[in-house]
Amino acid sequence: MSINPDLPIQFSRTHRLQWEEAQQKNVILYPEGMVELNQSSAEILKLCDGTRTLAQIVSDLEAAFSTSGLTNDITAFLEVALQNGWINQN
Amino acid sequence: MAGLTKTKPTPPRWLLAELTYACPLQCPYCSNPLDYTKYQNELDTEDWKRVLTQARKMGAVQLGFSGGEPLTRQDLPELVKHARELGYYSNLITSGYGLTEEKIIALKAAGLDHIQVSIQASSQELNDHIAGTASFNHKKEVAHLVKKHGYPMVLCVVIHRENIHQMPEILAMAEELGADYLELANTQYYGWAHTNRDQLLPTKAQFEKAEIIAQAFKEQVAGKMKIYYVVPDFYEDRPKACMNGWGTTFLTIAPDGVALPCHSARELPGLDCPSVKDYSVEEIWNESKAFNYFRGTEWMKEPCRSCDEKDKDFGGCHCQAYLLTGDMHNTDPVCSKSPHHGVIQEAIDSAATSALAENEKPLIFRNSKNSKLLS
Repeated sequence: MSINPDLPIQFSRTHRLQWEEAQQKNVILYPEGMVELNQSSAEILKLCDGTRTLAQIVSDLEAAFSTSGLTNDITAFLEVALQNGWINQN
Repeated sequence: MAGLTKTKPTPPRWLLAELTYACPLQCPYCSNPLDYTKYQNELDTEDWKRVLTQARKMGAVQLGFSGGEPLTRQDLPELVKHARELGYYSNLITSGYGLTEEKIIALKAAGLDHIQVSIQASSQELNDHIAGTASFNHKKEVAHLVKKHGYPMVLCVVIHRENIHQMPEILAMAEELGADYLELANTQYYGWAHTNRDQLLPTKAQFEKAEIIAQAFKEQVAGKMKIYYVVPDFYEDRPKACMNGWGTTFLTIAPDGVALPCHSARELPGLDCPSVKDYSVEEIWNESKAFNYFRGTEWMKEPCRSCDEKDKDFGGCHCQAYLLTGDMHNTDPVCSKSPHHGVIQEAIDSAATSALAENEKPLIFRNSKNSKLLS
């Protein structure tokens, strides 16, 4: 499974992305499970709102953090996210 | 309560709310205590709301509404709503019995995140026999409705000697029902399952055959369905890391308000498990004797004490040590290093003898009459 560059990316409707005050981190919640996210992973997933494609997510994050060259890291993370069912592209 | 630990424990992440011991089903491997009929005095709605609030404040985020059959509680939608407002991820763990489309919609509106439906077998005849109630067709209907209303659907099938031969059909059924997750839970031998072990424990050959089939299916459905495979620990040579370590992650509240470090801990002697009617969740978690009893490695005897795997499995399961060796401080006898490891082979042999017997003893079903007889 890999990311289709032409389609927007959406966070899964059957998972929940949430800030946990007690843990001071974002987590993904799903049936009987939880994944703790580091800050960059959480920032990527927050942009998976069903309107942005991979290239748009990369350019938005590069602009937000005044940096460049994030394409490879973001693509690799989103492919993991896709395999885990956290995001989809329907 | 006396403070027994020097460092502050990690906060609970998982809260299992056993709302009631009432259940229309009679599964002979039920994890509820044999003497469940003794505990009739259920917490009321306000008690449960207070417990949810206190545990959430400490950091609990996964919440299981369980039982018994949690749908028998009329205040379930109100508790679900409260949980959602607090930010829990709510899991309803149900037999599906009594679940209608109307209730599924109401629970969704209240904020329920997920419904886990149990099915006892892949055929109506065996399902209804094991459940002790005609329920197969309704369960399948419920599974469809859960999907229809946008919940992630977990199908849970408890595996034992009566249904393990149905593994291919169980997998096909999960696929047909569109399960997002399939939990294949090899029976864990506590409570009623311990009583019925001779009738329920499959042979090693049966386990191995079923596992190969399940593993092949797992690869086949990768990306579509996730498989949770609960291992049959009688056929392992190291114990499970029970509850992810005692008092580290899991908090169970029994129907009458007794707080348990694991849902079987009620049967351990001398723990004096505290009640949420007398103490706050924070006091119970941090300070009670019961929750500190097996925290860390101080309690360990040999062979655990000097074992280089003690931080991996924490000595295994104390309930299993108690049930099989008579002393909860012993190493879980599943471990091949345990001096009591022979009891596991004895249990396997005893079950095999029972399977071959001409007149096999019947299963003892989980119901009030049998509970009173056994307590």
